[in-house]
Amino acid sequence: MINDSYKKELKETRAGFGEALLELGRNNERIVALCADLTGSLCMKRFSEEFTERFFQVGIAESNMIGMAAGLAIGGCIPFTGTFANFSSSRVYDQIRQSIAYSEKNVKICASHAGISLGEDGATHQILEDIGMIKMLPGMTVINTCDFSQTYKATLAISKSEVPTYLRFGRPSVPNFTKNHDFKIGKGIVLTEGNDVSIIATGHLVWESLKAYKTLVEEGITCDIINIHTIKPLDEELILQSIEKTGCVVTAEEHNYLGGLGESIARILVNHLPKPQEFVAVNDTFGESGKQIELIKKYKIDKTSIVKKVKRVIKRKKVEL
Amino acid sequence: MIYLKEISLQTRRDILRMIHNAKSGHPGGSLGSTEYFIALFYKIMSFQTKKIEGKEEDMFFLSNGHISAVLYSVLARKGYFSIDELTKFRTINSRLQGHPSVYEKLPGIHVASGSLGQGMSVALGAAQAKTIYNDSYLSYSYHGDGEINEGQNWEAILYAGAKKVDNYIATIDYNHQQIDGNTDKVMHLGNIKMKFESFGWQVLEETKGNCINSVIKILQKAKKKAKKGKPICIILHTEMGHGVDFMNGSYQWHGKSPNDEELKKALHQLPETIGDYDK
Repeated sequence: MINDSYKKELKETRAGFGEALLELGRNNERIVALCADLTGSLCMKRFSEEFTERFFQVGIAESNMIGMAAGLAIGGCIPFTGTFANFSSSRVYDQIRQSIAYSEKNVKICASHAGISLGEDGATHQILEDIGMIKMLPGMTVINTCDFSQTYKATLAISKSEVPTYLRFGRPSVPNFTKNHDFKIGKGIVLTEGNDVSIIATGHLVWESLKAYKTLVEEGITCDIINIHTIKPLDEELILQSIEKTGCVVTAEEHNYLGGLGESIARILVNHLPKPQEFVAVNDTFGESGKQIELIKKYKIDKTSIVKKVKRVIKRKKVEL
Repeated sequence: MIYLKEISLQTRRDILRMIHNAKSGHPGGSLGSTEYFIALFYKIMSFQTKKIEGKEEDMFFLSNGHISAVLYSVLARKGYFSIDELTKFRTINSRLQGHPSVYEKLPGIHVASGSLGQGMSVALGAAQAKTIYNDSYLSYSYHGDGEINEGQNWEAILYAGAKKVDNYIATIDYNHQQIDGNTDKVMHLGNIKMKFESFGWQVLEETKGNCINSVIKILQKAKKKAKKGKPICIILHTEMGHGVDFMNGSYQWHGKSPNDEELKKALHQLPETIGDYDK
């Protein structure tokens, strides 16, 4: 179980990407990186300085960046592209679709500042639709990490996977609580175990779920909290095992409820194990400017919303029994 | 060179027979670009392994994927796959998709194209990979003139000039036609040569894009200018539908298949040389 001591170590999720990329650069000459004028924001500066011949500054030209990455992958490199999640997905969707996914290119699209927690920049720079867009592309792996360590480990892991991958992570500093957890693409992580409800969370909502855990325990509710970092391919076995035991599920993500992790899980439940599900996700709307803490509260993707949805889903479970 | 002229005739027959059989496809640009493909694959590029990575060999990227018929014919006749497979063009369960794809593992295709404007970026990336791996071979790409309406090209053109990617030769098929009509009317391209030059490119122009000797010469000239600090662009003036009198110069044949009678009439103008593929 996660204890409170992690709260003291706040670390930027994106910094995990930057550190791992640097390490990869040092250990594997096939690793190249491309960035669209955001090396500071993506923590790619050190890579760009140390590996000048393997770093491509493309300017504010994301479409060209994605195409070039495909070309570099054809030539045998393992390209990592870096820009904000919005400009890594919706802006370049057709380029990803044709030149990477359909063409089966081993490109790692690294997408920072995902979700609404980018905060003050507002809806143009926030994105709540990218998981849905990218998971719909055949052959793409989609990963959404929750803290510094997980982003670090995921970055290392995807370098070995030889498949096109979308790695989504946030900007804010959050507790670095997955330091001691193994990371394996497609394998969920059980953080707490209980019997009343399964909370299945991804990205920054994992920490919010852990915060909710405390409140729930005080009220006598025990839960499985499962961190699903890989949205595609999904760890169906672990998810079904947990929900079979608890009989209901709350899914939690910093994404539109349409197209996100919750919908992927709803699909498995419909196919294999129809049980009540509640969604903690953004209700089909755009974000806005504000502080992270204000936004996650307003858009109902915080601890309080998780607690509420847990209670509701448990009630539904009892009625449906 | 007489031999290459014979191959060009045969390629044009292939293009028309493939499109007629599929009852769909793009004869205009394919016929107009035949000399470029023959010159490139028979005289200019060096390739041995024919592997997707293209290491230690020249690589070609077709950006305007709709002229796939000419590419497939040339690839087949260069031994990438059997010429009999040309009968499968645009049919179900085929490797010869309407627009080129790697999904079905057709040899000779490095990346999918069809959604326009993406090929230059990919070819540039492949050129950069060659630089990283000290691979002295070149990256080539081919683009429609209408295609350069797409903004992504200009991102790539800016990049290649600014970063001096000089192991790369792009060719623009300047036939002045796109689906809705003359390029001057649909979206006036202005002075393409000056545009590329102002972006830091070395630009070569060839007005006889359907003369095999001229195309070989301009490509050889481009090759000599490679690795001298600038990306290279060839503006190749071609005639859409070249070789078939009723298709010559008309945008009407951009994406239309000939009917039985039209095919007969067209093939009559293009005598069989090295042998038709079997139906």
